[in-house]
Amino acid sequence: MSKPIISLHKVAASYSGNPVLKNVSLDILQQDFIGIIGPNGGGKTTLLKIILGLLKPNEGSVTRNIGKHDIGYLPQVNQFDDHFPITVTDVVLSGLSTGMNIKPKRNPASVAKVEHVLDSVSMTAFSQRPIGELSGGELQRTMLARAIISSPKLLILDEPNTYVDNRFEQELYKILVELNKNIAILLVTHDVGTISPYIKSIACVNGGLHYHPSNEISNEQLKVYNCPIELVTHGPVPHRVMGQHKQK
Amino acid sequence: MELIHLFEYEFFRNAFSAAFLMSVSCGLIGTYIVARRMVFISGGITHASFGGVGISYFFGWPPMAGAAVFALIAAITTENLTRKKLIRNDSLIAVMWSLGMAIGIIFIYLTPGYSPNLMSFLFGSIITVTKVDLTLMLALTIIVSLVFILFYRIILFVSFDEQFAQTRGIPVMLVNYLLIVLVALTIVLSIRVAGIILVLSLLTIPQNTANLFTSNFGKILFWSVIIGFFGAFLGLTASYYLDIPSGATIIFSLVIIYITGRVIKLAIKKNNRKIQDRNLT
Repeated sequence: MSKPIISLHKVAASYSGNPVLKNVSLDILQQDFIGIIGPNGGGKTTLLKIILGLLKPNEGSVTRNIGKHDIGYLPQVNQFDDHFPITVTDVVLSGLSTGMNIKPKRNPASVAKVEHVLDSVSMTAFSQRPIGELSGGELQRTMLARAIISSPKLLILDEPNTYVDNRFEQELYKILVELNKNIAILLVTHDVGTISPYIKSIACVNGGLHYHPSNEISNEQLKVYNCPIELVTHGPVPHRVMGQHKQK
Repeated sequence: MELIHLFEYEFFRNAFSAAFLMSVSCGLIGTYIVARRMVFISGGITHASFGGVGISYFFGWPPMAGAAVFALIAAITTENLTRKKLIRNDSLIAVMWSLGMAIGIIFIYLTPGYSPNLMSFLFGSIITVTKVDLTLMLALTIIVSLVFILFYRIILFVSFDEQFAQTRGIPVMLVNYLLIVLVALTIVLSIRVAGIILVLSLLTIPQNTANLFTSNFGKILFWSVIIGFFGAFLGLTASYYLDIPSGATIIFSLVIIYITGRVIKLAIKKNNRKIQDRNLT
């Protein structure tokens, strides 16, 4: 077995004295594709922040066998001010920044990288467009381009299927599967069913973390994992739903 | 009198230089403020600085120094407490805003005799700008310009998405504190131009005018400086010929430029729609 790129050992975290995560251990391997599920407030975002290095755990240890800049991150799209005066190209360029380094300048290498990555998410035509003029799906593609432009070894995506249409959602998963040949992916989702064919394992996060080494999960298993998520079954794969849902 | 003759007067040359310098500082800092939706925070810092003016009058210190100290305390406190989420941002700003004004009013009331320059602090008086003021404005303009030239992309990335910037190893806190300090200092020195009551317009109207025509952060920076300077020069000249207060006239000029921009934008939109309709038929 290859060495984990990131390893969490008995990690605990709390906000203002309230425990959010306890005794969390997880090894992320080079070509992992883990779907992270769990109820709201269960600690999914806290877990991502710890892995990203944005939050220090109160207990336990995090071992990184990759550089700090080897992680690509796609946050939830609703956290942006979509009236902020910035173009698609500038957003994507920000994915190449490292520390107080004044680069990335608009040097030919950076520009070529931006063009290539925008092409891979079908956003070339929008390169000079301010983000305020993009649809939710286009903004999501832009953010994905920003997350992958630095050729990360681990890609973390927080609900990437929000605001995207069905067509792009399928395109997105295809891109992720392609990327997964070389990099590890962590994907937070509210819809296990849709991503089930693409992921390799599931992590249920609800105060703790239960690793499930398969891409499918049942209600019984969720109960065992203390992960209060309702699964509605249609088709071969059970999945969690957020709103009104039609049984097929 | 011809416009060029106005430059024979030292007070006008000083006022012109002040208008130029503050257009640069306010153009750059104002773009940051507007893009990050920090206008209300800036209002809080501006009004908090009045506390320093009042205390300085009472003790006989230079009012601008007192204003600077109060503005810096307000700016750093706001940044610090907002970051720690100890108090709601808008409530904190309201407290700073009113506390600063209250302290100022009390100390000015307690100061014996007449406070000769009080009105110029409230409403601005660019024509009373001294050589010392100009030197301070020049120093600030150089610092602000250098920060924006050297760290343009860092400022842009942090302003747009702090959390992502942090994942890229950018020292977000340092950038934020540096910029909030520059915001406070720009506000204090701009008080000489437009006064505590009106200074916020120097930091917002040119940016909103530029934003009518572009949504590119860099272009807004550039055009805010140009529009700010044009408005300040127009207002300064008009105030001389019409013999009305300079600060208010500068703001009035900026508003007229903004309205003109809106009308032009509307005309461009209408014209584009006409062309589109013609192409469809």
